[in-house]
Amino acid sequence: MRGIELKNLTKYYKDTAALNDVSLTIEYGKIYGLLGRNGAGKSTMVNLISNRIFATSGEIFIDGEPSVENDSALRKVFTMSEHNLLPMSKKFKQAVKLTKEFYPDFDEQYALGLAAKFELDINKKLVGLSTGYSSISKLILALASGADYVFFDEPVLGLDANHRELFYKELIERYTETGSTYIISTHLIDECASIIERAIIIDKGRLIVSDDTESIMAGSYTVTGAAELVDRYTAGKHVIGSSVVGGIKSAYVKGKPENVPQGLEISKASLQSLFIQMTNDQYIGG
Amino acid sequence: MQINFESEKPIFAQLADWLSDSIISGAIKEGEQIPSTTEMSVQLKINPATALKGVNMLVDKGIIYKKRGLGMFVSEGAVEKLKKERQSDFFEQYIQKMLDEAQKLGLTKKNIVEMIERG
Repeated sequence: MRGIELKNLTKYYKDTAALNDVSLTIEYGKIYGLLGRNGAGKSTMVNLISNRIFATSGEIFIDGEPSVENDSALRKVFTMSEHNLLPMSKKFKQAVKLTKEFYPDFDEQYALGLAAKFELDINKKLVGLSTGYSSISKLILALASGADYVFFDEPVLGLDANHRELFYKELIERYTETGSTYIISTHLIDECASIIERAIIIDKGRLIVSDDTESIMAGSYTVTGAAELVDRYTAGKHVIGSSVVGGIKSAYVKGKPENVPQGLEISKASLQSLFIQMTNDQYIGG
Repeated sequence: MQINFESEKPIFAQLADWLSDSIISGAIKEGEQIPSTTEMSVQLKINPATALKGVNMLVDKGIIYKKRGLGMFVSEGAVEKLKKERQSDFFEQYIQKMLDEAQKLGLTKKNIVEMIERG
């Protein structure tokens, strides 16, 4: 089977579980969102997959092979933090050459072409790049890596609006060309919600949901109106969360709307608002 | 085209609607090629699988057909087919909604007829 499989993956730092019994599959050839609040365990998960750190218990399989100390399996995985292993005194064009040594399918021409599109000075040393261009240099290497599983860690951090748009467009184009798997780890969910086909949401080291974005969104809705009416309507329903402004209440409800009384409005819950509800402390799962 | 991410309507259905609109209005004519799913997904910033799903909705209805290796084209008779379909949706999509709103505002049947004649 092609894909990355996590089985009961757990990572403890002293007494704290950064990742707690997580089992999931990342299918080959899809764009994923890896979503979680700060400290939810996103980076721990990615570092475990790329064998940067070791699991306390549990296993990881890459295309069916155990990943630990398995170079051929790990060469299929590229993470944006790979960049941190490069000497900062190198110029970007040297970084391109170095990355190619580790990733034989790395596309040099493509990387240089992208650098030109982003107006990245390839003769500049990595250490001298601004926050935005540092992100850009990392995501260019990731896009060009040729790896089967490419992990982006907050790819648009420090990028201006034009560069963000450019990144998302290049990502879609690259994805249709290579058919590889791209995993975007981010908390800027609204921006990438339409691009990701599947979402993995983790909170406090635990897996909350791993499913098609469409199914996640189709499984719930927002109902808005006078607080009293909303409460009457949602009585006995599975309410994930709610917010009140003035006398107007919005409730996020699981399931499909039915027999909606006049005066209430039904709308789609955005992935971002569902995420906020699912990862706040009052979340009532199920 | 703009995708409305807040809409109740799934993105793939919005894309299918937009393509249908373009075909009905003649912006894309029968026999002509439609943009590739890659082009559409890049422009609209949507997942290519979503774009494909929208296009396939129209393929299933015979509005669009695929030519292997060449792309996707608008079928002959697509405009007529789409118009027929839209006409049968007209009551539910427009009339029913209008009547609900009219009731909310306390408009009578006479008021509505007057407005239609004015329009």
